[in-house]
Amino acid sequence: MAELTELTAAQLAARLSAEEVTAREVVDAHLDRIAGLDGVVADGDIWAAKPAAELGADEPHAYLAVTAAAAREHADDIDARRAAGAALGPLAGVPLALKDVLTMRGAPTTCGSRMLEGWVPPYDATVTERLRAADVVVLGKTNMDEFAMGSSTENSAFGLTRNPWDLDRVPGGSSGGSATAVAGLMAPLAIGTDTGGSIRQPAALTGLVGVKPTYGTMSRYGLVAFASSLDQAGPFARTVEDAALLQSVTWGHDPRDATSVPGAVPDLLGGLKGGVAGLKVGVVRELQGEGYEPGVEVVFAAALERLADLGAEIVEVSLPHASYGLPAYYLIAPSEASSNLARFDGVRYGLRVDAPTAEEMNAATRAAGFGPEVKRRIMIGTHALSSGYYDAYYLQASKIRTLIADDFRAAFEQVDVLISPTSPSVAFRLGDKTADPMAMYLNDVATVPASLAGIPALSLPAGLASAPDDPSTSLPVGLQVMAPLKRDDVMYRAAWAFEQATGFTPEPAGPRAVATPVATPVATQEVR
Amino acid sequence: MALSEDEVRHVARLARLALTDDEVAALAPQLSAILGYAEQVGEVAAGEVVPTTHPFALADVTRPDERAPSLSREEVLAGAPAVEQDRFAVPRIVAEEG
Repeated sequence: MAELTELTAAQLAARLSAEEVTAREVVDAHLDRIAGLDGVVADGDIWAAKPAAELGADEPHAYLAVTAAAAREHADDIDARRAAGAALGPLAGVPLALKDVLTMRGAPTTCGSRMLEGWVPPYDATVTERLRAADVVVLGKTNMDEFAMGSSTENSAFGLTRNPWDLDRVPGGSSGGSATAVAGLMAPLAIGTDTGGSIRQPAALTGLVGVKPTYGTMSRYGLVAFASSLDQAGPFARTVEDAALLQSVTWGHDPRDATSVPGAVPDLLGGLKGGVAGLKVGVVRELQGEGYEPGVEVVFAAALERLADLGAEIVEVSLPHASYGLPAYYLIAPSEASSNLARFDGVRYGLRVDAPTAEEMNAATRAAGFGPEVKRRIMIGTHALSSGYYDAYYLQASKIRTLIADDFRAAFEQVDVLISPTSPSVAFRLGDKTADPMAMYLNDVATVPASLAGIPALSLPAGLASAPDDPSTSLPVGLQVMAPLKRDDVMYRAAWAFEQATGFTPEPAGPRAVATPVATPVATQEVR
Repeated sequence: MALSEDEVRHVARLARLALTDDEVAALAPQLSAILGYAEQVGEVAAGEVVPTTHPFALADVTRPDERAPSLSREEVLAGAPAVEQDRFAVPRIVAEEG
């Protein structure tokens, strides 16, 4: 029988509800694996990650903090209620890793920043509250690029996270800790956040399903803001069904978030397995070709054939302004960040560096608390919003945003879903892009258009491609599926049908067994 | 556009970031490269296009004007770097006139 850590959330939920296993056993199996693998000091109620300088090259560093005692206590409580015959939710007792940008009472929330080191939030995010209500057991908080700014998880103030498929490579970012936790079998589910691709790109690079739901459907209450009009929490999972289960228990209107979309959200599970026969699938002309690795293009072409074999009607569509998405994004997101991060002023929470005047204290605190990428984005945003530049930069980018949303609306009059590669490259080596911010930003070229339009978008494994710098290493390639606003259900249905056709089996060979050849991540091999 | 080191210092002041000379020297070419890339947005004739600041045009979202539980003073102040007399403490903001 497969190890508990190899099972999908749906499989775990079935065994838990059949009382073949207890929630405590499931939680302990995951805690044991984290303790043996991830680079934490497994001691006390909350296990802290080792300091960056002490982490080994074989330690993936998915978690910043593991809330071991609280997780065990929650599991015991679930088991007691199940034994007493209480009605429990569909994911009751299934563990989850939570990105450290969402607040959870009783544990630190750092956002990967020295600015918030040691801060313990006094309230739960709505997402955290809903996970608790669904009896999903939070195992801990995961590493991330500082304040979610980055595409490799190398910008964390607490050390980088490694990709379980090849520990010398990045897991993508900014939600790299959540991705590595799930891909490395240290949680069956995780929550990440996606502003310009921060769930979808790491999912692609680690062979997972990662979803950015329709903007406004996942509450941002308790999500530390980066770019408020773009930030959206969403699931990581090993299967499309698991992601749909997790989104189903966490999304929906929240009166505490003024940007939350009113009204009901669609049912993701009822039509999930309906297939794609007759579905019109649009291939986005502008999101392929130049800048995409040949290996990515080969896997993408094969994905199109597979979808056609399943009965989908494939048509090419154009999003004429999509190529302006990335430049617009790198004005809009930093502009919003420069405003949002003004709150870190050394007064109400987090770091303070003392100085004689308030302004000097603000400036010294922010200089000491923020890392280089956060400073860069605050500078770009402050400049883009400043007098004399606002019209040419922020305002013009906001007009492009309208044109991109209009492009999507026109495309969805012709097709049901749109597809593209998720990322132009497979996982790259640690350090490869840290010296050149612009090269790092290009990772987001295929994911930002959907972010700007607010539409739902998902990445799922499409197959494996050789690393361009090492033909002996096969790495996952992600397929992005995009759907109209609030049609996350159609997106999931297309993704589920494609997933079945790839020959994916959720067990037993490690995090993913996508297409052929079947690859087993290094981190998995080492502990067995 | 290329940003000079003086312009970088000006933006840093607006952003309340105390940058070192090394940081200023590193940021000037980096920010110039990023802005140079972002300036592609100017290629699009978008004069009359209505800007989008948000995917859904929600306006004036309010809650009923009713009392509801909130955090206690102790909880709010618990994370503050400096507290005096149950308040956030900050350095002097207004200079004393001699």
